[in-house]
Formats: sequence, C-alpha cells, structure tokens
Amino acid sequence: MTDISLPERLRGAEPVRSIRTFARLEYAYTPGRAASRFLNQVTNKRLVGQRCPVCEKVYVPPRGSCPTDGVPTEDEVELGQSGTIVSFCVVNVPFMANLMEIPYVGALIQLDGADIPIMHLIQEVPYDQVHMGMRVEAVWLPDDEIGPTLESIVHFRPNGEPDAPYESYKDNA
Amino acid sequence: MKMRDVAIVSFAQTHHERATRELNEVEMLMPILSEALAGAGIGKDRVDFVCSGSSDYLAGQPFSFVVTLDAFGPWPPISESHVDMDGAWAVYEAWVKMQLGKVDVALIYAYGKSSPGDIRRVLSRQLDPYYLGPLWVDSVALAALQARAGLDAGAFSVEDMARVAAASRHNAMSNPYAQLSGEVDVADLLAEADFVAPLHKHDCAPVTDGAAVVVLAAGGAARELCDRPAWIRGIDHRIEPHALGARDLTTSVSTRLAAEHAGLGAKPVDVAELHAPFTHQELILRRALGLDEDVSVNPSGGALCANPVMAAGLIRMGEAARRISSGKADRAVAHATSGPCLQQNLLCVLEGD
Repeated sequence: MTDISLPERLRGAEPVRSIRTFARLEYAYTPGRAASRFLNQVTNKRLVGQRCPVCEKVYVPPRGSCPTDGVPTEDEVELGQSGTIVSFCVVNVPFMANLMEIPYVGALIQLDGADIPIMHLIQEVPYDQVHMGMRVEAVWLPDDEIGPTLESIVHFRPNGEPDAPYESYKDNA
Repeated sequence: MKMRDVAIVSFAQTHHERATRELNEVEMLMPILSEALAGAGIGKDRVDFVCSGSSDYLAGQPFSFVVTLDAFGPWPPISESHVDMDGAWAVYEAWVKMQLGKVDVALIYAYGKSSPGDIRRVLSRQLDPYYLGPLWVDSVALAALQARAGLDAGAFSVEDMARVAAASRHNAMSNPYAQLSGEVDVADLLAEADFVAPLHKHDCAPVTDGAAVVVLAAGGAARELCDRPAWIRGIDHRIEPHALGARDLTTSVSTRLAAEHAGLGAKPVDVAELHAPFTHQELILRRALGLDEDVSVNPSGGALCANPVMAAGLIRMGEAARRISSGKADRAVAHATSGPCLQQNLLCVLEGD
C-alpha cells in the first residue's frame, strides 16, 4: 500500500473535524387546482370537499384525486361548519414557540359531510374535558383578516350539541 | 442464467411546458397514468409492481413522492418502490424484480416540476458537500466547463453544437409533446449572445415541468398487452467518480461500458434516443456509443426540446419503444443520464420481434 502522509508544512496542523455549509433553496408552492378551489372558498368562510366517484368518500382538503381509487375527484361538496372530534392530543410541550399557552389540544375533526378529518385546535373548553365524539364548530378570524389558508379558522370550540354516536366517526377513530 | 423477456408495452407523457402553475404533481400525473394503462388495455388491478422516479428537491417537500402515489390509488395495498433517480432507473429496478419471476406487469412513472424552485441551484445539491456543494456551482456552469474542455481538446466545435440544437428542434416538430420545436438556422443560433460561455441558450435544455409513464410486461403478458412489444434485450448502468476532477469530461467512459454490457454493438440500431440536456453532451454520447451516421438520433427532439428532470430519461425509453411498437424501428437504444456532466449513464437496448 502507498504510504499517504501530509506534506511537511501541514504536519502538526489542526485536523478539520467538521465543517458547516449553509444551504437555502426557495420554492413557489403550487397547491394544484383542487386545493386552490378549496382555499379560495375558505376566503368566503366556506369549507368545500370533493367526492370520489368510485368509493363516494368526501375528501377535505381535496387534492384532486382519491388516494384509494386513483381517480380524479371533481364533484364538489359543501361541508358543515361543525364537526366531530375523532381523535385528539393534549400538548404539554411548548414547541410552537410561545404562540400557544400549554396545555392545549390539537384534534382531528371530521367535518359534517366529510369522510376524512382535518387537524385543528380546540379552544374555549378546559383541555381535560375534550373527548372523542365531542361536537365542535369553527371560529373564524374577523372578516377583514380572512385569507386563503386554514389559519382563517382560529380554532374550533364546543357547539353545545350532544356527543355524536361512535358509528358516525368510527372509520376515522 | 436465462433472462426473462421483459418489454415496454405502453407509454404516455404529458405535454411538457415551462411551468404547470395550476396543477400539482398528482394532478399532472393522473391523466397519463390512465392513458398508459389504457394503452396496455388493463386496469390497475393487473399491475403487480409500481416503481417511481422523482426528487423531493424539485418540489421542496419531504416525502412528496409518497403523496404522489395518490395518483395511482394504492389500495388494496400494492407492491411499490421509489428511486431518487430518473424514472429510467425505476425501469431498471422493475426489470430486476421481474427477473425474480413474481412480477408480470409493472408500472413505472416519473415526474418533475422544475418550476417551483431554481433548478440550477437545486441540482447543485447533488455535488459533494465539502468542496463543490458549498460553492453552489450550478448545473449549467458545470456543463459549460465540460463544453470548454471538449472544445479545447478539439472533440467538437461550437458549430457542431449548434447543429445538434437545430436538428433537435427540427425533429421535435413532429412531437406534439415537445416544449421547443421549429426550423432554426445554425448561423442565427451562433449569432446569439453567450449564455454561460461557451454555451449559448440553444445548447441548454429548457426548464420543464412534465411527467411520463411506462408499462412493462414479461413474456406472455407482454404479447397479450401489446401487438409488438419493445423487448428489453440489454440494460446496463455505469457510474463515474463523483469528483469531477477525477474524470475526463470530454469522453464518457461509463456510457461506453454500459453500451458494451447492454450488447449494443451486436447489431446496428435504427434509432437512438439520447438523454443529453446539453448539445455537446449529445456529441460526447454519440462518439461513446459509436453510432453510425444513418442512425436516427433523437427523432423526438430529445431533452433539448423538453427536459422534465427525473422523467427525461424515462421518456427516452418510451420514445424508443414507441418507434418499435409502431413498426418504424426494429432495434433501438435508449439512454438516460444522471449527475453533473454525464456522471451516470444507463443504456437500454430494445428490439421488436
């Protein structure tokens, strides 16, 4: 084997143990036709899903295809402003900087008329009272602050209705 | 070992364009997935294996290739794989899997939207992270260094390069999926300003959003699904060192080796679809492959007329196969490249019955 050694002038030099090289790339995200229609309707405080022509499931936010059947979803369905908590998590770690007071609750909410839950915050209720089946409603930002983002909904809060029967959300529980 | 006969039986591609601003990747893929399956006369239930090629760096979204499976509809659960490579390498993976005997029909798709980011900077991220990566040497700059080396070595001239551009655009006039096409005059091209010297704009592939799908079938299934399957008679992939300084950029040793191992020299080919995103790279590839003058090179217009990154190599396979299936060619070679300055090269020799 060839003997590999440093030139004389580099002997005794401090070895490089690591380097840091910074990288930054910028992107213009294309939501696509289906998600664009959904986001534009959010600015009208409407929540619109899309139905699969094969399995008839209603997806929200719609992405233009049924991931089960691999077919385009074009039939639009307006969804309710209320929904059912199908799963939730009490967050005790302040990883969203100091945006949220802990503990807070993140939940999967099956909007009325949808077959797929969306994720959102649950507020205006003590965290230890949140439960599966709880009925909640969207609380929107003031009209002049609403934009094409789900952040236009500040959070969901209990709407006072009795709990939904398990059968109504069992596929997502 | 007796190899199993595997053929390309169907091919579909998007109408390539500079930016598909309305469609996400799933929406871009869905129509051509349906088209490729319809071309083979099958539903997705006949597909035993799905393999895709793409890069999350293009979309800027981690695991975007998983999301893109929505376009196929992976239910009931499917056998599926992905390569962070051009779809031509997904064909290679599927071909190997088909040799093992359990897969008769495979669907390959590849897609790339270069429009969301800056493709030249994005491609610089495949360089080594110590020496070249931190310098952000972009893909066109590296190709320009290669062209300069070739010009200085007398391997080709700027006129040769411009002739490649003009021929590609002429050929693309019969390709409705191409992004660039038309009759251009070599002298006019050369009169234009340098882009990244010595490269002119016409020496560089356009920035493209697009996708492609290929259906592979083995043995009897191929004959069932296609009147004239394009049989894969040889497929081989070779890689040169990552360090550009360790390579002779004026030739392509890996292409020559891949051609030898894929059996290209056994008989003449009618068509060569070469994945050359720069004009001088087509000249380097032609020489490495030893193609005769009468071979039709890039009748589709090649990557110089539509270059959806991650799909442009797969499209070469599809274009070559299409010419065999239609009876226009009996033997063809498809080439795909990856990495800076033709670092990796894959060759696929296709034949009709």
